[in-house]
Amino acid sequence: MHHHHTTTGLDNRKVAIWAFIGSECMLFASLISTYLIYKGRSLVGPFPHEEWVNEAGRHFHAILDIPVTSASTFVLLMSSLTMVLALQAVQLRGTPLPADAGWWTRAQRSSQTWLLGTAMLGVTFLGFQAYEFTMFVHEGLTIRTNLFGSSFFTLTGFHGAHVTVGVLWLVTLLFIDRKRGLQGPADELSVDIAALYWHFVDVVWIAIFTLIYLIQ
Amino acid sequence: MATIAAPSYASAGDAPAENTGIWSWITTTDHKRIGILYLWTALGFFMIGGLEAMIIRTQLAQPNMGFVSAETYNQLFTMHGTTMIFLAVMPLSAAFFNFLIPLQIGARDVAFPRLNAFSYWVYLFGGVFITLPIFFDVAPNGGWFGYAPLTTLGFSAGINIDFWVIGLQILGVSSLAAAFNFITTIINMRAPGMTLMRMPMFTWMSFVVQFLLVLAFPAITVALFFLLMDRFFGTAFYAIAAGADPLLWQHLFWVFGHPEVYILILPAFGLVSEVIPTFSKKPLFGYNVMVYSGIMIGFLGFGVWAHHMFAVGMGAVADSIFAMMTMLIAIPTGVKIFNWIATLWAGELRFTVAMKFAIALVAMFTIGGISGVMHSSPPADLQQTDTYFVVAHFHYVLFGGSMMGIFAGIYFYFPKMTGRLMNEKLGNWHFWLNFIGFNLTFFPMHFSGLLGMPRRIYTYDAGQGWDTFNLMATAGTYILFVGTLFFIWNFLRSRKHGEIASNDPWGGATLEWSIPSPVPEYNFAQIPEVTSRYPLWDIKEPARTAGIDHSHADAATIADAHAVPMHEETERRTARELGIPMPFPTAKPAFTALMMVVMFSGLLFMRHNFPVAITMTVGGAIAMFFSFYSWFTSPVE
Repeated sequence: MHHHHTTTGLDNRKVAIWAFIGSECMLFASLISTYLIYKGRSLVGPFPHEEWVNEAGRHFHAILDIPVTSASTFVLLMSSLTMVLALQAVQLRGTPLPADAGWWTRAQRSSQTWLLGTAMLGVTFLGFQAYEFTMFVHEGLTIRTNLFGSSFFTLTGFHGAHVTVGVLWLVTLLFIDRKRGLQGPADELSVDIAALYWHFVDVVWIAIFTLIYLIQ
Repeated sequence: MATIAAPSYASAGDAPAENTGIWSWITTTDHKRIGILYLWTALGFFMIGGLEAMIIRTQLAQPNMGFVSAETYNQLFTMHGTTMIFLAVMPLSAAFFNFLIPLQIGARDVAFPRLNAFSYWVYLFGGVFITLPIFFDVAPNGGWFGYAPLTTLGFSAGINIDFWVIGLQILGVSSLAAAFNFITTIINMRAPGMTLMRMPMFTWMSFVVQFLLVLAFPAITVALFFLLMDRFFGTAFYAIAAGADPLLWQHLFWVFGHPEVYILILPAFGLVSEVIPTFSKKPLFGYNVMVYSGIMIGFLGFGVWAHHMFAVGMGAVADSIFAMMTMLIAIPTGVKIFNWIATLWAGELRFTVAMKFAIALVAMFTIGGISGVMHSSPPADLQQTDTYFVVAHFHYVLFGGSMMGIFAGIYFYFPKMTGRLMNEKLGNWHFWLNFIGFNLTFFPMHFSGLLGMPRRIYTYDAGQGWDTFNLMATAGTYILFVGTLFFIWNFLRSRKHGEIASNDPWGGATLEWSIPSPVPEYNFAQIPEVTSRYPLWDIKEPARTAGIDHSHADAATIADAHAVPMHEETERRTARELGIPMPFPTAKPAFTALMMVVMFSGLLFMRHNFPVAITMTVGGAIAMFFSFYSWFTSPVE
């Protein structure tokens, strides 16, 4: 990275990621709005929060599993914590380690641990999503079944795709860290930008979890 | 070192072989060349859109003509709108964003030169993608606004709409990427002393437009994605039988669509705000207000979308709110008109061709604005909507507004791009034929519209009072055509035979006029310190700017940017000589763009040939990913 002079003192890529996040906000806002507009308007079930009996007499329970999704939400929230620690680890690299440093002080500097941890928590979240989607399909809800299915799978699918991109990004950073070590302002910026993206994806999930799962 | 003959057109530095030829254009990362690529491509699409208009008008010249079939007519008006908006006017604005913004702010390139090239190639390939089906008689035919449920599979079974949906998704990527680039560039790469309130008006209006792009395009992306999912994967977003809302598409589309029209006009407003002060030899009247009104237009533009839906039955409350917001937005727009007039007032006016087009925008946009305000009243709009009255309105603001502003910009900045002036005599023919032809084409539509002529009809019966107006409109179109021929001839000829231009043929006030024409690859040999809003007038015409705020940037910023006091640069050097690092040329952006379009094209086959679809989509995605990774991990300069 070249230390170009900039008007704000911020790196260009940092400004750009915020503009990108702005567009992503509108993207998810449109998807979430559509979900909310279509809430309660599906002509056939399964439904998110209530039971349904179809014409043939088959019984469907409320399809969203809030306890399970709360667990996956917790996992994703924890991944934001590990992401913060990953960034801090890279930032601490330049500072000397005190001789009497305890295990936590040492652990804080292990960017590989925290990057891997974040990626793994992200993968765990995706695992939960995959499990959930498979269950829903099994129980009779596909993306084509009704308005709920279309809007739900599209919204959470977009979010899952964003998490996937984030995981790949983190794995790439981890790979670079293993290969040559991440250190210095250029690498700090790289991890900082990845962190901004990751936190954004997490915040979107908080919105989705609240509006789709919790509010009935 | 004075040059006797102008250096070669679109100079890309003086290194010989590697900077000429088609490969140098494919691999360019120079914002000036990318701007020129946009300009040529957009003018090409403008001609195509114009041709489509001429066929439309020929069909409508008289009642019950059989020049084209109804089906072809649907394709014509759809492609005319789609081409003009997405492939002509927006990219013409992008040509100026690219070429001009770094020059106006004293930068050497945009923030992300390769992303910039990527935006262009995505536009080109996307434009070709969406235009190609014309030759196979399967061009999009659902209107440029593609209302669902009409465009769902049930009502539009052919491949036409697939081209439209996929094509627009592709083009959206181009605009979004460019927006991120320009937001970063304008925020972060200004010369020392150039505070936001010292930026030239074109850069300011363009800045507002980038935010509109960032916030509006996601809405249409989602609308198109839903339609794509419905058409290819059977989802229920627009499926009325499944309980879908027939208005979902319209709301999502117009949340994009209304800011889109401000995206279309604000750059032209910016260009006019450069041209009018220059040829009035006066600073722009009310610069601060011009900036704030531009911001207000952008902001309020997100609150008026449903004025496109007054006839769908939203109810009195919704109608009233959107009506009031729409009337409100006329205020900042009207303020601009008055400020331009006040700039002209008591100025020492020079009626160059650029100035004529700029003044024409002020007059024609006012007319279009008046009909626009007439639409803002829901009861009145119930009579006007879906008639030619609306067609008149938006052509007055889009052609009389955007295109006239863009033509002003082309005549004004042609010397800066090429080192030669366009011919004023030919330009006058272009202007007057266009001005007369334009008004003859579109003014009668106010009347035929109010007499009830609906939009999008391929023919009409005689005796409804529409015949004369249609004939006049068609005649006007042919006059426009001749005028445009003058323009094309002038544009092509002047590149090699135009009068040689100096740095500053017009007496401009801003940084771009302080450097040679055409601009050397490095833009500024030395970054100047900017001490006011009109840095070049500060040194060339100080009396003119005596009354405005002047100040110095702090020493640290000047030192950090290696800036020097404001000056004119007449020497032509190379970046290598000056030790200025330039971004490497690279084909990766073009290749990544191509692979992205291949990926999207795979979707076309989804219903007809699944194996081909999957191969193209997955293959394109993988190739795109690797190309992008390679681009991302190689250094810029």
